[in-house]
Amino acid sequence: MAAPLTLLLVVAVTIRAALFRSSLADLIAERVEVVSPLNAWKRVVEGLALLDLGISPYSGDVFHETPLIIYLFHFLVDYAEITFMVSRKFVSSVLLESPRLCFRKQKYALEADRYPLDCLELIRSPKEMYYIPLKVAMFYLLNPFTILSCVAKSTCGLNNAVIALFILCTIKGSALLTHTLSLCLHHYPASFLFFLSFRLYIPVNIRRPSFWWYTLQYAFMYLGSLFVIICLSFFLLGTWDFLPSVYGFILSVPDLTPNIGLFWYFFAEMFEHFRLFFLCVFQINVFFYTIPLSIKLKEHPVFLIFMQLAVISIFKSYPTVGDIALYLAFLPVWSHLYRFLRNVFLVSCVLLACSALFPVLWHLWIYAGSANSNFYYAITLLFNVAQILLVSDYFYAYLRREYHLTHGLYLKRKDGSEATLVLK
Amino acid sequence: MGLLSDPNRRRALISMLTRLNAPICVVCYMAGVAWFMGLAFEPFTLRTYMSENAMGSTMVEERFPAGERALATGREFAAHKKKVGGMPVDWLVKTMQSQGLEVFTQRFSRTLPFPDENKERYVVEGTNVYGILRAPRAPRTEALVLSAPCSPGNNNNQAVGLLLGLSQYFRNQIYWAKDIIFLVNEHDLIGMQAWLEGYHHTNTTGMDWSPLQGRGGSIQAALSLELSSDVITSLDLVLEGLNGQLPNLDLANLFYAFCQKIGVLCTIQGKLQRDDWDTASGYSHAVQTMMLMVLKQASGRPWGDHGLFLRYHIEAASIKGINSFRQYKTDATTIGRLLEGMFRKLNNLLERLHQSYFFYLMPSLSRFVSIGYYMPAFGLLAVILLLRALDLWVQLSALPSRTEDGIADIEQVSQTHLGVLSVLTPLVISHLTGVALYTLPIRSQEMAVEHFPVFETEAVVLTAIAIYTAGLALPHNTHRLVSGEGTEQGWRVLKLVAVLYLAVLLGCTALINFSLGFILALTLVPLAAFITPHVPKLLSALFMVLLSPGCTLFFSIFFFQELQETPVNLQEGWVLFLSVISQGILDHSLYGSLVYPLVALLVYPCWLLFWNILFWK
Repeated sequence: MAAPLTLLLVVAVTIRAALFRSSLADLIAERVEVVSPLNAWKRVVEGLALLDLGISPYSGDVFHETPLIIYLFHFLVDYAEITFMVSRKFVSSVLLESPRLCFRKQKYALEADRYPLDCLELIRSPKEMYYIPLKVAMFYLLNPFTILSCVAKSTCGLNNAVIALFILCTIKGSALLTHTLSLCLHHYPASFLFFLSFRLYIPVNIRRPSFWWYTLQYAFMYLGSLFVIICLSFFLLGTWDFLPSVYGFILSVPDLTPNIGLFWYFFAEMFEHFRLFFLCVFQINVFFYTIPLSIKLKEHPVFLIFMQLAVISIFKSYPTVGDIALYLAFLPVWSHLYRFLRNVFLVSCVLLACSALFPVLWHLWIYAGSANSNFYYAITLLFNVAQILLVSDYFYAYLRREYHLTHGLYLKRKDGSEATLVLK
Repeated sequence: MGLLSDPNRRRALISMLTRLNAPICVVCYMAGVAWFMGLAFEPFTLRTYMSENAMGSTMVEERFPAGERALATGREFAAHKKKVGGMPVDWLVKTMQSQGLEVFTQRFSRTLPFPDENKERYVVEGTNVYGILRAPRAPRTEALVLSAPCSPGNNNNQAVGLLLGLSQYFRNQIYWAKDIIFLVNEHDLIGMQAWLEGYHHTNTTGMDWSPLQGRGGSIQAALSLELSSDVITSLDLVLEGLNGQLPNLDLANLFYAFCQKIGVLCTIQGKLQRDDWDTASGYSHAVQTMMLMVLKQASGRPWGDHGLFLRYHIEAASIKGINSFRQYKTDATTIGRLLEGMFRKLNNLLERLHQSYFFYLMPSLSRFVSIGYYMPAFGLLAVILLLRALDLWVQLSALPSRTEDGIADIEQVSQTHLGVLSVLTPLVISHLTGVALYTLPIRSQEMAVEHFPVFETEAVVLTAIAIYTAGLALPHNTHRLVSGEGTEQGWRVLKLVAVLYLAVLLGCTALINFSLGFILALTLVPLAAFITPHVPKLLSALFMVLLSPGCTLFFSIFFFQELQETPVNLQEGWVLFLSVISQGILDHSLYGSLVYPLVALLVYPCWLLFWNILFWK
């Protein structure tokens, strides 16, 4: 396993280093699909320059990263390229670790022998699992989306690294560290923290006092670390500027630069007095799915994380391809669901076509002037529909596998003929 | 969502699509071609109309009186041009200054990658002269351009004369709200490129030019004038620009409206409009006009000096005076009045031309087909590729034993893994051939000239053809490189990849340049649909070569000459073919036309993939 992994790392580093040196790097760094106002490297540089001059980086409407990030780059700015590369490697190594852990449970299931016999082929052999971490690393490191966002030096890479670390820690069982870490980034990861943690450690039982005790403890810890992070940022900067400029910026979506998300077109077209209402509707979308998903998937926290990551990266206000790359890296973990997927062909065709059409329609709209924003938004919409289809397909496949695990793989009707499952 | 979630209905649909795949594909192809041919039929097209309010309802009067004087100026210009043996810069500067314009010059030089035999130039040095008439009525934030080329020989002298006549006349009018720039460019498009790059402070092609000393506001529209005789019979409008980009349809409408008002015969693609659309000859006339536009657009070249303006988001067209044997002649005063009228309307613009269509085809000057009407023709062709891909996907997933609607097995996964490897090799190799085709012809011209008795231009073109042909020998070499291939599944995976690749490629091409995408789809789609390793080799190989991008170009040249009513024989056709290839390479390196890199780097490798499938062992 070490040899292919080293080879993979070498290939990944070579590709990135070559792209960093080529003239394409500047072009990629300007693409709206790759960088958002939140994580563009150009803006980080601007923020740093302001910081060096002794001005708050948040004065002016350019910089929107969290204070901790800018202090990180304060020390690392000369090594930015290396930082981004390292963060990639870090993500991949973290992701490498996590699937291993999450299958421990599955092995128990195998030993428990409580499933019908014919389901054995649904459960993965250890040999397959052996290669999954490598595949995850490959999916992340060689994904063109990841490469693009790394070459553009989008801070999305760091964000991904922290999320990956969080996932690893959650699976290992140390919650505290990770909450602190992911909080110092953006608020979106926070949405799944809360529900996740007690699914992992304690069964939900409203009548039991220990459940409430744990919830209380957890809520206290969460709010406490939030408080510490914000105070830390305040003491570093000496102003509260960062609150509206980071969290307000994410929530109220003032920057309507086109991107691959769903927000910009709606809010550019909308009458001003509806803005607040639709803002709430759009933002609730990000958080809302947490509740039903965590109820349905309370036994499967890792899959819940995957679903949450996907939902957030689809519905967040400033998505980039880097966010998508993170949840796409999880797909090999669910390779045992492949036989139940129904729309792989459709989804992969649409994602492929959209990725090619983004730059083409952008060219037609911005440079040639012959197309307009509707063309570009149509592709954005299609891209997101394909993503939603992908995620819901995986969700369906996961539930279906669970069903088969308990009911047997080959279902029979009462009269003995072969039955099919229909989702209504 | 029933179709997406109900396995029974899905299975029914998919089995129907796979069972009837071949007939559906044939029907789609027929329907696509029929739809396209139907576009020229008048009841299916829309009548052009002026969308821009600022140019529609406002009245302007045309009073330009000085056609004869303009022609006299033209003759004077011709005499000075002859004396200097090129652009009479000093005379032009003096003349424009005496009219009260702000006059500036721009020097430029450019060494072509290899000699251009059509225009007989290699090291190009020249000067652009332009005069700016400052707007008396408004802040000088916007501008219009009227340009005329200073061509070698006796061409276009009248155009420069008329330009100078108009500038003198415009100078005395007070209603201009936009700067008007009168530009005389040398070495046609190269000079235009230098001027536009200087004006917009960009340098995309590595040309040397001196910076512009004076600028107007942002250019809203530009007209380029070509006129080589004192009287004309008709005016021809040229719209096709770089990479098949077209100006806003309102510019064409404006031209048409003024031709109607003043009573000048106007043509597009050199074809008059006919009103007998219900007869066979009338319909074929419309088809010919449209096909000429399609072929010109597909070539991706600028067909007049206006072609480079479009890249900078400036609506522009060329107006060419044509003198044929007709009785009815139009004099220079009338043309001047027409241009005056067009400029006065453009002067009224409050915002950029954006109301009307940017994607259109014109079967006649008063009729157009918009993107919504012509895209289905392409869509019907592209659907064939998707259907074939679906068919292949179903075949691939049906090979191992399948359970109800769940698919894929462990063995299959490992097999596709092998498939991926055997797909990667032909993909990489054919793209490397594409890169060779793109870079080598220009790089290796010196070596070729040393070793073979050919000129530089010939060397470049022949190298390109040689590499193109050498690519055909590839499948044998790729086979030697890959050891574990040759399975039934191997070629299916490769074909699936190739078909999807072609679909995305053609879709993107058709969006940027519909005509190019459609012509490529017309030839590549049938080939992509039917090719397998099991069809008769020799016949299919012949068929594939005939439908390859290079041969498509060859046929297009004959077809184009036929449509222009100047048919050529095989010998002349071959010479034309060579010169068109050299022009394509030159257009790419001079102006950044995308057709050559597109064909060399993407279309040709894609075609090679299908060639690989045919010779799959």
